Amino acid sequence: MTPFLSDVFPYARPPELGNPGTHRQVVIVGAGPVGLTLALDWAAKGHDVLVLTAGDQLSEGSRAICFAKRTLEIFDRLGCSGPIVDKGASWNLGKVFLQDRMLYEFDLLPESGHQRPAFVNIQQFHVERFLIDALARRAATPKKNMESERSQSIDLRWSNRVTDVQQRDDRVELTVQSRDGVYNLSCDWLIACDGAGSPVRKTLGLKSEGQVFQDRFLIADVKLRGAALAKFRNERWFWFDPPFHRNQSALLHRQADDVWRLDFQLGWQADPDVERQPERVNPRIRAMLGDDVDFELEWVSVYTFQCRRMESFVHGHVIFAGDSAHQVSPFGARGANSGIQDADNLAWKLDLIVRGLAPASLLHTYDAERIAAADENIVNSTRSTDFITPKNEASRIFRDATLELAAKYPFARRLVNSGRLSVPAHYRHSPLNTGDTDSWPAATPGPGSPAVDAPVVSDGRESWLLHHLGNGFTVLVFTGGGDVSVDLADAVRFLRTLPIAVSAVIVARESVAATDDFTVLRDANGAAFARYAPAGEAIYLLRPDQHVAARRQGLSETWLGDALRRACMTDIEFNAGVC
Amino acid sequence: MGTLNLEPNIAQPDDFYESLIGIHRDLTPEQSAKVNARLVLLLANHVGDIEVLRQALAAARNE
Repeated sequence: MTPFLSDVFPYARPPELGNPGTHRQVVIVGAGPVGLTLALDWAAKGHDVLVLTAGDQLSEGSRAICFAKRTLEIFDRLGCSGPIVDKGASWNLGKVFLQDRMLYEFDLLPESGHQRPAFVNIQQFHVERFLIDALARRAATPKKNMESERSQSIDLRWSNRVTDVQQRDDRVELTVQSRDGVYNLSCDWLIACDGAGSPVRKTLGLKSEGQVFQDRFLIADVKLRGAALAKFRNERWFWFDPPFHRNQSALLHRQADDVWRLDFQLGWQADPDVERQPERVNPRIRAMLGDDVDFELEWVSVYTFQCRRMESFVHGHVIFAGDSAHQVSPFGARGANSGIQDADNLAWKLDLIVRGLAPASLLHTYDAERIAAADENIVNSTRSTDFITPKNEASRIFRDATLELAAKYPFARRLVNSGRLSVPAHYRHSPLNTGDTDSWPAATPGPGSPAVDAPVVSDGRESWLLHHLGNGFTVLVFTGGGDVSVDLADAVRFLRTLPIAVSAVIVARESVAATDDFTVLRDANGAAFARYAPAGEAIYLLRPDQHVAARRQGLSETWLGDALRRACMTDIEFNAGVC
Repeated sequence: MGTLNLEPNIAQPDDFYESLIGIHRDLTPEQSAKVNARLVLLLANHVGDIEVLRQALAAARNE
């Protein structure tokens, strides 16, 4: 078998060894996609970054492969989506087969005018590599630390295993095992992105509870060569009871480097040690891809699945994100994608807290919003798994009846569940939202929903709306064109007086003269106005994670100040001396 | 949102019942179970209204 990206990352002797322990604002544990995303976001917000990880290599095998549009948009915000999309296999279309015929197909991004596709398939280790590269670029061009005049420090420590965690009233104390010995650290906030088995969670005696599914799946990543490559497309293909793997399901995904992910349902009785032997795996692959296919086995794994979560993701000064906090089955690509949305949700809240601009209770909304998202993912993932792996005779009979009917009648195709794929969370019930008082078309992004992309023109160049939203709060103002109205200029000027940075982006139908106060974008083809539906001048207040906090038809500074205060739960007075 | 109709609604009840029993003639219990499952799915789609379906599901379990 060929190795995965086999770089061993350099280990450096930790400066704390032999010295009294130092104190940090934030320590991140784990350097998978979630820990690295959080590290990048934390760096982007001007803080020192310290990541501790037990390993010294990228993750083994391809693991997570389907990175969703929302994840790519978060990576865009952090400046690292480009190489991921270029390297990976973009796809929007899924096909579901029963035996030897196609039952139906679904398009996950049926409209144009979005920069990113519904999904990019790429091996997890490639994503980790690109995130580490982005972090290294950041470290190579040090910015000033936001609290002091010294340069920002970005420290990703491989081979540093957290062996003990103690919660104190106002801080967390860590014991870390490095190659050269043990040292101590303390921090205000510890973020555990240390995976499903989370040593931090175990050390604290906390549980993640749910159900284990009684089924086993074989995952084989194979590199195809020659004519075989033309046989399959950049699409998700799922089979129930295919001729090459009777009475079980199978799944095919393209990844980067001409590698394909094959997934075979094996049943609960299968012996994992036997099933992962090449002499057992290769005939399955030939049966699926054809006897003439030239392939090389890259990675094999036999899986069981769990759907579970922690009761709370915030415990004192320890915060859990990603698989450490919640786990789903892979059908639906809701694991890594939800973990990255955790990081996206957490970074800005913790940033406001450590800067004293928001109370620590803002973290309750990380809990509430991301638990709601985790529950949605668990429900969807559980339903898919229950369809693919019926739990009892009655559910098997209904599953088979649904598939038989789906071959003949369109209605039953809607009941077939081969995985409901990851969509961004909508925090509709978040206490950070300001409810709508105007009426808006249902398809527009309401309070709690993520901002929607659209093609725009910036400085005469074609561009994408989401690229202009930045890393802080943004007011997105829609206006007709021509001159900026007095009200709009006043509202933008008001933003500059706030203690919490808010940038202004104006989207106009026609060209508007830019000033230093705001970015001006022109709606390229009407999609931005159609998707945000302003009646006249309209304003969207977006959180730093690009979710809508509030929106209003017509401008109002008082409303904007109130909405912003609610969105960060702060009691700082905004309007003094302005209105 | 509709309400499950629990009043007589089938114009020719004996004809229906005979047909219902009739589709199971000569079937093994396993085959009958499959036929019933398909029938439930076909009728459920015809009803469509999730509230009515939930009431029917509860009534079927004697709840």
